[in-house]
Amino acid sequence: MRRTSQFFVYLVLTIWAAIVMFPLWTLVVNSFKPQKEIFSSPFGLPQHFTVEGYKAVWVNGNFGTYFLNTLYVTVISLVLIVLLGSMAAYALAKWHSKTSTALYIFFIAGLMIPIRLGTIDLVRLMKFLALQNTIWSLIPVYVAMGMPISIFILTAFVKNLPREMFDAAKVDGAAEWRIYSQIVLPLLRPAIATVAIFNMIKIWNDFWFPLVFIRMEKARTIALGVSLLFGQYRTDWTRALSTLSLAAMPILILYVFLSREFIKGLTAGAVKG
Amino acid sequence: MLAERIKRQRRERITWLLFILPALVVYVVFMAGPLFDSMRLSFYTGKGFTPTEFVGFRNYIDLFTNPFWRERFLGAVKHTTIFFIIHMTVQNSLGLFFATLLSANFKGRNFYRTVIFAPATLSVLVTGFLWTLILNPHWGAINLTLKAIGLASWAKPWLGDEKLALVTISLTSVWQWVGMPTVLFLAGLLGISEEIIEAARVDGASAWSVFWKIKFPLLKPVVGVVAILTFVDNFNAFDVIYAMAGVKGEPNYSTDLLATFFYRTGIAGEHPVGIPNMGMGATIATLTFVILMTGVLIWLYTSRERDAE
Repeated sequence: MRRTSQFFVYLVLTIWAAIVMFPLWTLVVNSFKPQKEIFSSPFGLPQHFTVEGYKAVWVNGNFGTYFLNTLYVTVISLVLIVLLGSMAAYALAKWHSKTSTALYIFFIAGLMIPIRLGTIDLVRLMKFLALQNTIWSLIPVYVAMGMPISIFILTAFVKNLPREMFDAAKVDGAAEWRIYSQIVLPLLRPAIATVAIFNMIKIWNDFWFPLVFIRMEKARTIALGVSLLFGQYRTDWTRALSTLSLAAMPILILYVFLSREFIKGLTAGAVKG
Repeated sequence: MLAERIKRQRRERITWLLFILPALVVYVVFMAGPLFDSMRLSFYTGKGFTPTEFVGFRNYIDLFTNPFWRERFLGAVKHTTIFFIIHMTVQNSLGLFFATLLSANFKGRNFYRTVIFAPATLSVLVTGFLWTLILNPHWGAINLTLKAIGLASWAKPWLGDEKLALVTISLTSVWQWVGMPTVLFLAGLLGISEEIIEAARVDGASAWSVFWKIKFPLLKPVVGVVAILTFVDNFNAFDVIYAMAGVKGEPNYSTDLLATFFYRTGIAGEHPVGIPNMGMGATIATLTFVILMTGVLIWLYTSRERDAE
């Protein structure tokens, strides 16, 4: 590359990187400052370091409960998505018939249709199942929401596995279930990682369904808790920023270590199979 | 022999169906079913959770003719379209631009890619709240900076002005999501073989014409994917408006999108009544569905045409 064009590339990218990092920087540094200092010097490192905001959010704000709820919902949903998705994908990839093609198209159609449009019915369903105000109202919805993308990615992956692997096992008389659990599932690991990351970020960050299903304090997730606390602390910037920092931290830290996998996972929906 | 083969085929069929069944049940009960039943509900009315009275197309007729509904609905469609167009143009051209820069081989490429993508991993609610603080007219960093460098007249009530709010919110959303098209275009650009480009260069083509005459046409499939993703995601946006303008799309409904309109009408209930009108909510959802499907079908049709070329 010529020197002038290289300089231009660095200049533009550095400006945008600054635009991205500046809000995140002010978020974190200011959460450690008293309100007055946030207004008098919003960009520098804290002169009067304080963790009062974090204390308030954690102690008065039940943030620990929100965190655990979000963790349970995310982990249980992911396990179910991977299990149900990989089972269905294995069958859809190996079973050649009109029924399997139709079922595959039926699942994949969900990629283009946001599940939120069915919310009114889901509210009625959760009322009927008496799951409102519990984290159990969220899990089946997230599992259903995760099916199209998971089946899309995993079916393509199974189809690309070498045939011999299944044939050899079949000659040995292994039942389909054993082939799936002992041969296919371990081979699927890279695709499962992609599916898991894609769904993890969607589920962890989801605000819509907790907002619609959950009113009770003990079942709140982080997103819901943040909206509540932020409303309360709107004029107390130290606390407001501490709330947002606590919510952003877990994902940002994971992202720093796993950025390659995150980028691959989040853009997976766009890759044609 | 034949009887045995049929029997074996049937047994195989049952095995496969059992593999698919758990996924299918969850998908039908919690996604496909509710989506279709919402369409049925759009033909009913009744307060609260049991819209029982069948009214045919009255919800639809009301939505288009009753002045109250009509104003809100057309407003929501208009704002959602503007929100989408800003993403389509600003976000995706920025993404293409960044991807072009990143496709050159230089030190620190991964660092920049990681930074540009980072906001996309964060909760929309968190970034939305964060930007309301930064855009705060009195204490926010943007206006403080503008005042400090002598541009006090540029310091605007970004989220309080009806003319500015929707554009401001759209741009913060672009800030968050620009990493997606960047990464997708980058993957497309890196997939183009060096030889083609080298050959064009040898023929004396400038960097500019190499990009528009060779690279961009080869990127068309990626452009299609980015376009449809932008369309589906943004016609469905809710969190960013909730965080930055509230469920009523303040100020004065100027940032009200289809999703916030749907939420207020069908789920939360419009102030001051506070009782959801589920039939009308379902009508809004169904119309959103129709808009989305129209877009998707146009996309499928044109991309098939393209493939056929």
